[in-house]
Amino acid sequence: MKLRGNDHIAGYVFIAPFVLGFVIFTIYPIFASLYYSFTDYSLLTSPRWIGLANYERMFMEDDKIAKSFEVTFTYVLSSVPLRLAFALSVAMLLNTATRAIGIYRSAFYLPSLIGGSVAVSIMWQQIFGDKGLINSFLQYIGIDSTTNWIGNPDTALGTLVALSVWQFGSSMLIFLAGLKNIPKDYYEAASVDGANAPRRFVRITLPLLTPIILFNLIMQTISAFMTFTPAYIISRGEGGPLDQTLLYSLYLYRKAFSHFEMGYASAMAWIMLIIVGLLTILIFRSSTRWVHYESKGE
Amino acid sequence: MSRALNKRTIYHVAVSVLALLMMYPILWLVSSSLKPNHEIFTTAFNLIPSALAFENYSSGWRGFAGTTFATFFKNSFVIVILSTIGAVASSAVVAYGFARIGFFARGFWFACMMATMMLPHDVVVIPQYVMFAEFGWISSLKPIILPHYFATPFFVFLIMQFIRTIPRELDEAAKIDGCSKYGIFVRVIVPLIVPALITSAIFSFYWRWDDFLNPLIYLNKPESYPVSLALKMFLDGESLNNWGGMFAMATLSLVPVVAVFFVFQRYIVEGISTSGLKG
Repeated sequence: MKLRGNDHIAGYVFIAPFVLGFVIFTIYPIFASLYYSFTDYSLLTSPRWIGLANYERMFMEDDKIAKSFEVTFTYVLSSVPLRLAFALSVAMLLNTATRAIGIYRSAFYLPSLIGGSVAVSIMWQQIFGDKGLINSFLQYIGIDSTTNWIGNPDTALGTLVALSVWQFGSSMLIFLAGLKNIPKDYYEAASVDGANAPRRFVRITLPLLTPIILFNLIMQTISAFMTFTPAYIISRGEGGPLDQTLLYSLYLYRKAFSHFEMGYASAMAWIMLIIVGLLTILIFRSSTRWVHYESKGE
Repeated sequence: MSRALNKRTIYHVAVSVLALLMMYPILWLVSSSLKPNHEIFTTAFNLIPSALAFENYSSGWRGFAGTTFATFFKNSFVIVILSTIGAVASSAVVAYGFARIGFFARGFWFACMMATMMLPHDVVVIPQYVMFAEFGWISSLKPIILPHYFATPFFVFLIMQFIRTIPRELDEAAKIDGCSKYGIFVRVIVPLIVPALITSAIFSFYWRWDDFLNPLIYLNKPESYPVSLALKMFLDGESLNNWGGMFAMATLSLVPVVAVFFVFQRYIVEGISTSGLKG
């Protein structure tokens, strides 16, 4: 493409909304939050420089944040793999020619469509309550359960993981699209060579889906780290019982907007940025070992 | 023949049971919204109410301290519609710039855009709050709506993919007819990318409708609450025992989302499958 002066101007006119928004709502805030993270700042008075004190406090004094890290990592490391495993399994199940496919697809997708809403979080809270659907079902099949799954420190986080896994539908749709793109003759050739179904899955399906798995893994990990609404609603903004649902975003919100410790919350935000960044790099670097890119051919 | 038929039956039964299991919580929510208050938790497993308690809907609709759900729904629609118009229009403009015009440092800006897709929102939320507080915008809808007028990376990417499928010959022909870049965008590109714009609008609708954190941070008067924030009030304090009303309004808040899904299903499935948008 030959570049002309006009094109430079026209190009910047067209991307101006992005460039402006990027500077105002992304770049400036990133550096402002880095600056705040070295200050004591309550919004009412201007920020006061305190050096690394916020970071020291995070790692030396704040017991809650250690708990919050533990809870968040448990949540991310259990919900993301489970969600992807469900998404892929059900996608495999639905990858056949049947007229009912549209209905099935909708039924599995619907939860992920509404799952992020406050309404569903409220619903979840009641389903796992002491007189909720789960206990009612357990009693029906003869198990005498009266525990409040939300109020019990051993199971509270599990209900959040379950809520996340329940929303596997959008990943399932992405996997379904990927499965449709695998040429049928690959499978036929493998069958001729005597490969059985599990072997065809491991040798053909899985390798060809790895780029999609990688994409899903990264996006889902980042969004799992940011989970806020269900933890807030289910624990009524407290993160309890015994801080078992105090996901990092919820703790950060409480520090910033309940206690107005903007400096400390900014330091937390930066630590999160670093962790998510490192994790993304780690996934990308490991991907050269397990992601299979089809060569485009000459 | 009959063995194949059996296998098909088993398949359909198994998948249907699984699908029903997935839908069960939602069906439970709807059924609870129609149960008399005393029945909701005594017969939780039973999906069929003994009598239809439509009064849950009227008692829920009454809302809190004189503010009804008519106001909350109106606020939600104002936020969703204004944000969506801004997000889709600005994203289309930016997408055309990236997809069709070669300009200085295009690759750099494109990389910046892709990077913001992966940026945790928590990092920018505090400085944005401070900034909007300085503007005096706290407790107005501006901080919730305005940022969407500066293009949404996901939508830009989705629309770009779509523009790439339009033959460049169309642009060339329009240019020979005397169209400028701006003319080509308005007359040639926009009419052809309508499906991508609809897909973007649908996702914008979902995300804005469900948004909870931004209203929670910026709004402090119930008169300006959207539905998502209003639902939370059922869990606060004195109204704690109106379960029926809470379930009724929770159900009602999902109606627009589910309705849009059934009307625009095709766009949604295509949108997710081609770009990896999260629903």
